[in-house]
Amino acid sequence: MTICAIDFTISWDYIAGFMPEIWDGFFTSLKIFGIVLFCGFFIAIIIAALKAYGPKLVRSILGVYTWMFRGTPLVLQLMLVYYGFPYIGITFQEGIVVAVIIMTLSAAAYEAEIIRGGLISIDKGQFEASKALGMTFLQTLRRVVVPQTVRRVLAPSCSEVIILFKDTSLVTSIAVYDLLRRASGRAGYDFTIEPYIVALIFYLVFSSILVIVFNRLEKRYSVSL
Amino acid sequence: MSEIMIRMTNIHKSFGQLCVLNGVDLEVEKGQIIAIIGPSGSGKSTLLRCINQLEKIDKGVIEIEGVVVTAVDTPGVHAAPKEQVRATLNKTGMVFQSFNLFPHMTTMENIIEAPLTVKKMKKEDALSIGRAKLERVGLAEKADAYPSKLSGGQKQRVAIARALAMNPDIMLFDEPTSALDPELVGEVLDVIKQLAAEHMTMMVVTHEMGFAREVADRVIFMDNQNIVADCPPKQFFDHPEHPRIIAFLDKMLSNKAQ
Repeated sequence: MTICAIDFTISWDYIAGFMPEIWDGFFTSLKIFGIVLFCGFFIAIIIAALKAYGPKLVRSILGVYTWMFRGTPLVLQLMLVYYGFPYIGITFQEGIVVAVIIMTLSAAAYEAEIIRGGLISIDKGQFEASKALGMTFLQTLRRVVVPQTVRRVLAPSCSEVIILFKDTSLVTSIAVYDLLRRASGRAGYDFTIEPYIVALIFYLVFSSILVIVFNRLEKRYSVSL
Repeated sequence: MSEIMIRMTNIHKSFGQLCVLNGVDLEVEKGQIIAIIGPSGSGKSTLLRCINQLEKIDKGVIEIEGVVVTAVDTPGVHAAPKEQVRATLNKTGMVFQSFNLFPHMTTMENIIEAPLTVKKMKKEDALSIGRAKLERVGLAEKADAYPSKLSGGQKQRVAIARALAMNPDIMLFDEPTSALDPELVGEVLDVIKQLAAEHMTMMVVTHEMGFAREVADRVIFMDNQNIVADCPPKQFFDHPEHPRIIAFLDKMLSNKAQ
């Protein structure tokens, strides 16, 4: 009994033919990933510090922000802003602008919670010893707390960064020509499978590179803690 | 008349509904070694921690070397300007029950951190101070070790060296040996005894009765949120008067005997 029949021969010429547009899509994804990672990280540190040490009102407001961004699907957020906002008077020139802004806010929300978890896990005694030695709060953060926090958040942050890269594929939904959109466009036009497989490999290789980078970082920073 | 290093007047402190210090008065002269003992919850550690503002008092005045560093709810008395308060507080050093060493730094880095960051010293100067203090607590060979590789007694000695590196006039010890295995208590007490012999002004909250008796100039007994006795060790241990003290000493000695 035949369940299914696989009828597939790789056509290298065909693949070589569409590679340029795949690369183009990959660099778009990479560009979005890079900007969001950089900006999102800095915003996340500020949010985490404010949520850990700030006044109650600030903590509440930021709490609502993280709640909303973590509680709704990223793809919905992208579509709401790109397709929905024009109806309330806000239009965007290009989808990629929406992608970068929304993804930055979303990534920052997740990363802030990871960093905040690291910050509050620092023993109170560290602050007391620093204060007894005459250090200011900022000096304590810089010299004592942050170095210890970095080590604690590296592992969970690795997961978050990999997710971030894969999430760039969601910008397909708002007409941004990233890796996935190029691949699905080509596959849909030619009725083939090769573009999907190539895109799959791209995502897998890049994620693996990220894992290797983080492993190196963890080794470098993991002084007996 | 010797210089008054610390003067605490009418100190009140509560944690929520729980009153911990109820109108405490205390004066410490230069070069004196004060042992503060008493049952748990009597406010010993809190009293110490109020001095360097790790706890905020609800009422009262704290003066260090003549400077009003804390004044709360006391008409007519105000704290000195912020910079002066900060400079004065920097003349105190504290050693904690749980050591509180910086785990991501080596022993030497722990010791020179404050001189570098707070006093903005040059690295060579800080290092020579660090080496001297480390030598003094008997751990010169552990300069490049990380705290996780040290025993409890060694960690506490490093903590003492770290506090000494800032050249304080007053040392505050908050149950320095309470978290140590009994075999390791001696090495830490020896270091503290050395400091005492050099006439460092010290306040030590402790449960080590033998140490208090041997080293202290004054023994302060706290109970019920206030100071109940304040006298030389001979008088305190050999001729206790207050029934609470007698009961406390009985208990402590019978525990030791076990």
